[in-house]
Amino acid sequence: MAMLKVADLNVYYGSIHAVKGVSFEVEEGEIVTLIGANGAGKSTTLNTVAGLLKLRTGSIEFEGESLVGIPAHKMIAKGIALCPEGRRVFQDLTVRDNLDMGAFTRSDDEVVEMRKVVYERFPRLRERRRQRAGTLSGGEQQMLAMGRALMGRPKLMMLDEPSMGLAPILVQEIFDIVKVLNEMGTTVLLVEQNARMALSIADRAYVLETGRVVTMGTGAELLQDDEVRKAYLGG
Amino acid sequence: MGLLTNLINGISLGSVYAIIALGYTMVYGIAKMLNFAHGDVIMVGGYICFIAMNNVGLPPVVAVLLSIVGCTCLGIVVERLAYKPLREAPSLAVLITAIGVSYFLQNTALLVWGADPKAFRSVIDSPSIKLFNGQLTVSPVSIVTVLACVAIMVGLTLFTSRTKMGKAMRACSEDKGAAQLMGINVNTTISMVFAIGSGLAAIAGVLLCSTYPTLMPTTGSLPGIKAFTAAVIGGIGSIPGAALGGVLLGIIEIFAKAYIGTQLADAIVFAVLIVVLLIRPAGLLGKEIHEKV
Repeated sequence: MAMLKVADLNVYYGSIHAVKGVSFEVEEGEIVTLIGANGAGKSTTLNTVAGLLKLRTGSIEFEGESLVGIPAHKMIAKGIALCPEGRRVFQDLTVRDNLDMGAFTRSDDEVVEMRKVVYERFPRLRERRRQRAGTLSGGEQQMLAMGRALMGRPKLMMLDEPSMGLAPILVQEIFDIVKVLNEMGTTVLLVEQNARMALSIADRAYVLETGRVVTMGTGAELLQDDEVRKAYLGG
Repeated sequence: MGLLTNLINGISLGSVYAIIALGYTMVYGIAKMLNFAHGDVIMVGGYICFIAMNNVGLPPVVAVLLSIVGCTCLGIVVERLAYKPLREAPSLAVLITAIGVSYFLQNTALLVWGADPKAFRSVIDSPSIKLFNGQLTVSPVSIVTVLACVAIMVGLTLFTSRTKMGKAMRACSEDKGAAQLMGINVNTTISMVFAIGSGLAAIAGVLLCSTYPTLMPTTGSLPGIKAFTAAVIGGIGSIPGAALGGVLLGIIEIFAKAYIGTQLADAIVFAVLIVVLLIRPAGLLGKEIHEKV
């Protein structure tokens, strides 16, 4: 059975039909990516799974249990974390406090333990733990956002455009970290505009166009697909 | 000595403004709304304390505690009934609702307690302290007011910087969506802030009425507006800003009354607001908002 099963999802912003019947599945242990252009409905889909947006029709099931109507603040306890687009770290809080917020629903002992794990994975965050998050560079903020999402020990980590606005060398680093997180046992649902990078690490991928899934396949298949190459990989 | 007396009175009045302004600024910081009913919670706090002391005959400490509990509950109920349903509504709708709540509280007070002013008995019943051979008189209420303000400031600063709930509150005030992703219940946090702000309003109400012992249904409105002014001068959303703005405003008001004229004092207070906003639109300690993409 799939870990996450989204079926015939329809989401509106007022009268704008942003997601039009999207269906996809994520198996435990996989990296699945949703790729597509700006406005294809990728972020909307993630935000709806995370409970930040309400769906009009359709179903979302996580480990066989419906997520429809469950408020966003209860998702992390179910094992779902979203690392949002634009990082959205708490600028006024220190790096350490940001991480602690990620484990808000956990006990103090677990916070200390998870902080160790995160600092090991992101040594830079340990160095900067007393700095305000707003003073970090873009790459460091992305690492903080990922570390913060990791603090809640999610089974499923959803990442929304983690490479956005980063220098190429940092993009490589971020994707390496995503792979490591996955090898450590976290299932990953990744939304990216950097289709080449996303497909190269993904087990499976779905291509979204104007709110619909138009193609799906393994990462390797889509990297070879003529249509996908023309539209998203620059020919 | 006149100057020193005025300064002490100014700091004392300013401390009351500061305590009220803290409620305004915390609610604004998290709910991004101006709770214009905040001043009327002060009045309710005054009445609860008055009734507990005069009609029931409870000792002042118990009366003050009752007043704090009463106002805390009132704050939570008002938020739940009047503001929570408007969470997604345009801010103008929330603002008008807040003004409505303000009138509702004033008129309910009028109905229940009548229009005639009540003579509030100070909660601190000890003689004035005379210094410098009696040239300088300091009322114990002034001292308690200033001490209360300092204690509240220190307490709130520690709460927001050291505790998990305090940090969650700051996280909510910065980004509600991201805070929810952390597992923070935004509704609970907003309720908590209203509870804290209204509890502080009760303390301010008791202290205000102990200094200026006339209690009537409109007692809270002008101090409420002035404390709002103080919060804006200090930088709305900033806790130290509210304290600074409050104390400054109190000193300016008392000095204006003493040296320029009672009639003009309020005009001068609001003129200061205009000047500060012209020079520093975000207030003295307010942060200019930088959007980072």
